[in-house]
Amino acid sequence: MEFFRNTNIDFLGKKWYFLSFSLIFSVAGILSMLFWHGVPLGVDFRGGTLVYLKFADKPNDAKIRAALDRAGLHSAKIQTYGDPSANELVVALDEKDTSEADLSRGKDQIISALEENPPQGKQDLNNSDRVGFATVRDALVTRDPLRAAPAEYDRLAHAVADTIKQRGVLRSIDDLKGAVPAEAIVALKDAFYTSDFGVRGADIVGPQVGDQLKTQAKLAVGFSLLGMLVYLWFRFELIYGVAAVVAVFHDTLITVGAFSLTNKEISLTVIAAILTLIGYSMNDTIVVFDRIRENVKLMRREGLAEIVNRSINQTLSRTILTSGLTFLTVLSLYLFGGEVLRGFSFALVIGIIIGTYSSIAVAAPMLVAYQDWRSKRSGAVPVPAPTGKNNKVRVKA
Amino acid sequence: MQKKLLTKTLIIVAVLLVFLYGIFGIPKSFNGEGVKQAVLSNIHLGLDLRGGVHLILQVMVNDAVNAETDHAIETLKEEFAKAKITFTDISKPDAENHPERIVVKGVPIDAASQVRSIASDKLREYETVGGPDNTWVIAMKPTAVTDLKTHTVEQSIEAIRTRVDTLGVSEPVIQQNGLGNNQILVQLPGIDDTGRVKGIIQSTARLELRQGFDGQGGYASEQEALGAHPGGLPPGTVLMHGISGPGDVSDRVFLVGRIPVVGGTDIRDARPSTDSQGRPDVSFNLTTAAGQKFGAFTSTHNETGTDPNHYLAVVLDNKVREFANIKGEIRDTGDIEGGFTDQSAKDLSMLLRSGALPASLHYLTERSVGPSLGADSIKAGVQAATAGLIAVLIFMLIYYRGAGINANVALIFNLVILLGFMGYTSSVLTLPGIAGVILTVGMGVDSNVLIFERIREELRNGKAPAAAVDQGFDRAWTTILDTHVTTIVSAIILFFVGSGPVRGFAVTLTFGLLANLFTAVFVSKVIFDAILSRKQRGEALSI
Repeated sequence: MEFFRNTNIDFLGKKWYFLSFSLIFSVAGILSMLFWHGVPLGVDFRGGTLVYLKFADKPNDAKIRAALDRAGLHSAKIQTYGDPSANELVVALDEKDTSEADLSRGKDQIISALEENPPQGKQDLNNSDRVGFATVRDALVTRDPLRAAPAEYDRLAHAVADTIKQRGVLRSIDDLKGAVPAEAIVALKDAFYTSDFGVRGADIVGPQVGDQLKTQAKLAVGFSLLGMLVYLWFRFELIYGVAAVVAVFHDTLITVGAFSLTNKEISLTVIAAILTLIGYSMNDTIVVFDRIRENVKLMRREGLAEIVNRSINQTLSRTILTSGLTFLTVLSLYLFGGEVLRGFSFALVIGIIIGTYSSIAVAAPMLVAYQDWRSKRSGAVPVPAPTGKNNKVRVKA
Repeated sequence: MQKKLLTKTLIIVAVLLVFLYGIFGIPKSFNGEGVKQAVLSNIHLGLDLRGGVHLILQVMVNDAVNAETDHAIETLKEEFAKAKITFTDISKPDAENHPERIVVKGVPIDAASQVRSIASDKLREYETVGGPDNTWVIAMKPTAVTDLKTHTVEQSIEAIRTRVDTLGVSEPVIQQNGLGNNQILVQLPGIDDTGRVKGIIQSTARLELRQGFDGQGGYASEQEALGAHPGGLPPGTVLMHGISGPGDVSDRVFLVGRIPVVGGTDIRDARPSTDSQGRPDVSFNLTTAAGQKFGAFTSTHNETGTDPNHYLAVVLDNKVREFANIKGEIRDTGDIEGGFTDQSAKDLSMLLRSGALPASLHYLTERSVGPSLGADSIKAGVQAATAGLIAVLIFMLIYYRGAGINANVALIFNLVILLGFMGYTSSVLTLPGIAGVILTVGMGVDSNVLIFERIREELRNGKAPAAAVDQGFDRAWTTILDTHVTTIVSAIILFFVGSGPVRGFAVTLTFGLLANLFTAVFVSKVIFDAILSRKQRGEALSI
């Protein structure tokens, strides 16, 4: 089976289409970053509070909104998280409501606001943040419903904690039937009640750490680009390195632009995805460059434009296959990978398309444009044949 | 040729076995559950996958510097008194930003050499500079400050470790956070009551016994206390908030001695017990030296003596917990009473035993992942990864037929080596790590595609199968090497610059790509050679 054989498409002839396509998307992204959504940073970078809640029944957004407003949390944003049937929400607070002096205050405020009318003297069993194994055991030991040794209550407290973990949220303490004896349930009801939600997780980042991470992310992207440039300079020629880095920068710009245009938040995992796409796009570009390097030696009479075109066509089958397959994996991640990976896989879905495109439409034409410019300036026609050392490494197998 | 092939096959089988052991170890039983347990004991899942608490704490290292310079000020005062040097003031003008600077004012000019010799004898870690108006600046040397800060962070890590150990957490991570100055990263898998854990870690548990002044009740507010002393607070005293004893709920203000009679390091032992009415409390013992000091203090400052300020303030973390009348001499035991539950009495005794933190801690980041949230994400991630992988495997078989088997074997080997490597190095598999695995698969496929397309090209040019395979591998190798080295270079940079999830991603990607160089090139070539060696000359290759 074979999809492409002996294609002969004049890619360089379409460079003005490519240029306008790249410009439209880059400029749209830049405009959105400057004047519209800015660069929407996630809680990792700007600091803030996210609390993940699971409700026993379908949560009533308006009621939650009102409860949060009453508690003075006017900046709170409520979002459905994951599959709507899971009854899960994220409540997000601005960085204004998150201070390093009292990091978890926002979270505590959210919990208290939603725990409406808690019965006097009872603790919320669904709220594992405050009620853990130790609290449950202590409650059982003091009430001693089974007239048993403390070790027995250890076991029961573990059973209670495990059941809550499995379910995420209890509708009532009676849900523990089967896990613990009826006498213990009576004792638990004496000490605890259940609210209609449980905290499944929280992300609270103070502004200081956010700033550090921002600097770090910029450094990471900058240094990895620099590392690649140096390696390509060593293996090919400086202009190859520059062209590849420009192409990769173009991809990063458009991907970040896509996040800005769609107003999706950039989290730490999205940065990992952007770094992945840098690696991927670089990989793609090198495959084409490698072929150019080989063909420059084989086709001494042809002009560089002809060589570049031929090289792109020769590697086209591989490019489409690899990109197609990688796109398939990333798409499955985007569709089925769950909420946590959504931002990550979105960046890769965009990145793989743009990364494949940029090797053909940005990096390779840049080589030709550079050569045209040099020959115009000097009059001579130097072919920048890569002089890289060791560029013939024999496979040992 | 045949012999060489056999050697290579043996190498591959050996590598495979080694890495399979890295994943599975020797499972206790070979049913589903046994194998699952075996895998989980070798491949460590990150917090995002198994649930737990992730905290970043800032160590307020200036606390430790301030404690050190406070001590130095006391030393200076004692020595000046001994040498009969007069001064108008010894203080730290900017304790917040420059806790290392002590300023001595109003020393007579003729005492200059004495000041110098006291400072150089008693305060070796300090630099002394004389200024105008008989003002002396005595500051800790910058190297000493740095050492003290480093030491403080190390001590804090040790103290946190002792405390976390009593919680019974398996595989806790407690280390310096690479990102910022004087930060500590704490990761506790499987913990769900964040509130209690944070309390236990952060509690400085600094227990001090101080002299109490001005009668038992204290004051209702700071203004009231200041109003009672129109000429300013008596020397050597400070105001502290707190309660006067068990059952007291209102916040009051007490006048207590600036320097504790007994400090946090003087506690020898502490345990939960009960008070006379059977309520939970905490008893403690003092070290011998501190016991003597405390005995001497209580024998002179009690209600039978002449000093009207015969009170004792039990101060915990800068809050008065008890303000009591001293009835007689107390040697080396005492109780802290008031408002404990069984659990909090147990926690506090553990904290006192484990030693005080050398500096207070602030939380910078708090992430908690409930176990069910982790379970959902691992399920979704693994499902997506498997679906993607299966789709790729099927496609390779259809598109490359016989050679597709090569590619698929190479891919699966790649995953085995990657996971085995993670098992051996105890790397943690996180969600971005899984994404790194998926990317490895992508690049593994790419290597195979590069090679196969090249072989097809050579076959089209009329080469014999064996020559086409050799040429294909040879030509593609340069490209594969370049793409892999470039990506590994950036992954290594990521590992050093990045933290947290980015690091996990970098680790899996690097391992995966290294494994891929072996599987996609070496393993796949050996399979080709094996197939070719059985074929008749001129027989076509399935690709």
